[in-house]
Amino acid sequence: MPAPPSDTAARDLAAEPPGVFELFLAFSKMSLAGFGGVLVWARRAIVEQHRWMTPDEFNEAFALCHLLPGANIVNLAIVFGGRFRGAAGSVAAFLGLLLPPTLIVTMLGILYTYYGDLPGLQRTLNGIACAAVGLFLAVIIRMMGPLLKRRNPIEIGLMIAVFAAVGLWRMPLVAVLLIALPLSVVVTYLWRKRGAA
Amino acid sequence: MNPGLGTYLNLLWTFGLMSLLAVGGANATIPEMHRVAVEVNHWLTDAQFADMFAIAQFSPGPNVLIVTLIGYQVAGLAGAAAATFAMCGPAGLLAYFVANFFHRSSRSFWPSLIQASFVPVSIGLMAAGGYVLAVTVDTSLAATVATFAAALAAVATRVNPLWPLAVAGLAGYFGFI
Repeated sequence: MPAPPSDTAARDLAAEPPGVFELFLAFSKMSLAGFGGVLVWARRAIVEQHRWMTPDEFNEAFALCHLLPGANIVNLAIVFGGRFRGAAGSVAAFLGLLLPPTLIVTMLGILYTYYGDLPGLQRTLNGIACAAVGLFLAVIIRMMGPLLKRRNPIEIGLMIAVFAAVGLWRMPLVAVLLIALPLSVVVTYLWRKRGAA
Repeated sequence: MNPGLGTYLNLLWTFGLMSLLAVGGANATIPEMHRVAVEVNHWLTDAQFADMFAIAQFSPGPNVLIVTLIGYQVAGLAGAAAATFAMCGPAGLLAYFVANFFHRSSRSFWPSLIQASFVPVSIGLMAAGGYVLAVTVDTSLAATVATFAAALAAVATRVNPLWPLAVAGLAGYFGFI
């Protein structure tokens, strides 16, 4: 097979997949920076800094982890590590994600049992929470990028419908998923068939 | 605090089962977690649960770590480890095998189609979560401004996201938010 043209594959993705120790370190970093959610940092590290995945690959991997049961970032670490380094990679990413913050959270829990409420800390955390929500909104907008570029009206319509059903109308999550997932499979199928024809 | 083996098994069973029912992220299970921890098992009071939730939200790391705190309250450090493992292990194993299957067959028609069709649903769901969070947190004009400023900085610039967090934290400390 001829080498891929250097200005596409090579620039878009990192040449080297991450090693086991690199996975542990990368997920520790994301996790420790992840005030109010790790997704912001996971996408930044995986897609923008290390270029281990394209925006589309990240969306697909995350969507699967999101819609399977469990904590979505924990699932993502396991799936991501496994894709590059098998079971050892999964364990490394999993431990990197959970070990450092578990130690911190447990310490905070111990402090809490002794001191309880600290007004200054509370005010600081309230401020951080506002910015954390903003960062979360920003990462969602970035993840929408590939969808908006494709201009597939069905895909975009479905995304808006799910947002409205769960966010605005507060419909039960399970009911929305039971309708939206099969519907999405069918319309994606019809769209692809139309594109192929 | 002298928890018996039954306490650990109860933690493992409770959170292991919960993780497999937790579709749509850990935050979707908060109401169920509250029911089990406060109403059924009386592990925590209502106020304690609210504090644990706040600590987990605002400490670094995945928000699922609220189960670490609950486990700690119930049975100390071993309880924290048991609850965390139960909440992350079984669901993670499932994700590992399902994702492996999808990845290996990513060039076949149906697996690739199914995976692609999950994306708009997942992003719509996250947008809903972000909206609900924003409505909950942004109870004042200053708070709303902080949220929008952080979002704008992260979308339009390459600034390190720690900066918006730090600035908002300081603004909160000095009573501006």
